[in-house]
Amino acid sequence: MREMISMIVVLTVLTAVSGGLLAAVQSGTKERIEIQILNIVQKPAIEEIFPDVTNDPIAERFPIETEEMTLKIFPAKLSDGGNAIAFETKGKGGYGGDVGFMVGINLENDQIIAARVTTHAETPGFGARAKDDPEFVSQFESKPINDNMSLKSAGGSIDAMSGATVTSTALALAATQAQTLYKQLKPEILKEIK
Amino acid sequence: MAQSLAKEFTKGLWAEVPPFRLVLGLCPVLAVTTKVENGLGMGLATTFVLVFSNLLVSLLRNVIPSKVRIACYIVIIATFVTIVELGMQAFTYELFLKLGIFIPLIVVNCVVLGRAEAFASKNTPILSVADGLGIGIGFTLSLGALAAVRELLGAGTITIWNGATIFEMGASFQPFAFMVQAPGAFVALGLMLAGMNLIGSK
Repeated sequence: MREMISMIVVLTVLTAVSGGLLAAVQSGTKERIEIQILNIVQKPAIEEIFPDVTNDPIAERFPIETEEMTLKIFPAKLSDGGNAIAFETKGKGGYGGDVGFMVGINLENDQIIAARVTTHAETPGFGARAKDDPEFVSQFESKPINDNMSLKSAGGSIDAMSGATVTSTALALAATQAQTLYKQLKPEILKEIK
Repeated sequence: MAQSLAKEFTKGLWAEVPPFRLVLGLCPVLAVTTKVENGLGMGLATTFVLVFSNLLVSLLRNVIPSKVRIACYIVIIATFVTIVELGMQAFTYELFLKLGIFIPLIVVNCVVLGRAEAFASKNTPILSVADGLGIGIGFTLSLGALAAVRELLGAGTITIWNGATIFEMGASFQPFAFMVQAPGAFVALGLMLAGMNLIGSK
């Protein structure tokens, strides 16, 4: 009996202390990690989505509050004078956690300009191809935002990557989420940009 | 005391160097040694975890009940691994992108758990830190050496830190791409093991 109590007490105290320590480290590094992600992951993705813009989408980013979270909007002035935005959604249920999905949408005609995978922890050679090989995300190019963005197997319009169904599903989910957010937030975004 | 401290430290550098002598923790050894910078980064991350988990396991060795010791060790190790992961994301994000999934996998690296169980749970904190440091540095150097062989043959370069190349083969060098792919890791490791056994058997 004494042994059992000591096992329970030791394990409980150890996990509680570890949890507290990790929470402290996490909150201490949170801001730095966000800056690192912005510069190293999101910036190159935005530069690929909008190859020629006349402004700096990173510097002009602004937050928009939704019910669940704060969304960072990256506004872009296209070379033809039109306005576009990019923002990131997280596809739940990838092989290694959430898969980040940056999508650029033209505000004039509601078409997707391009999309890129950002942060992920998918398997190299399988799910990670979504980021390394632009073939999968190129399916989103010039798609009207009202299209069904789920996978073809679920009645949508996106071909899954062979050998990476889980990652494809997570990305399709992220795209659908982006669609919903865009429809919901467009009036607010237009107010900010004008 | 000083003598045994030095002994525990230096044994990790040659006599018990993890991948070659103990043949432990081969997953990161095979997976990340495509570039010297990746190998060294992985080695340093593992060293950090080894030193601190050894220290804590040793400090708590009389408190932890033996029946739940493995669970306790895993909690301690996982905590330090997560600290390393967050620290890497905050300060060396590029390295984190390259090592990716192999950082969280340090939790199940048998070198770390092996040292906690075989050494730190039976020795004083100071000796355990010396042991962790020695084994960790040995591990880092082995990863560096293996990566140097693979990168030199496979890509013709040696990259120490953040893309800084310190050595480049001449233009006539044809990269032996096999060496930086997965099968090349086994061949290079096998040859290095054979070489070390040859030296050791004399």
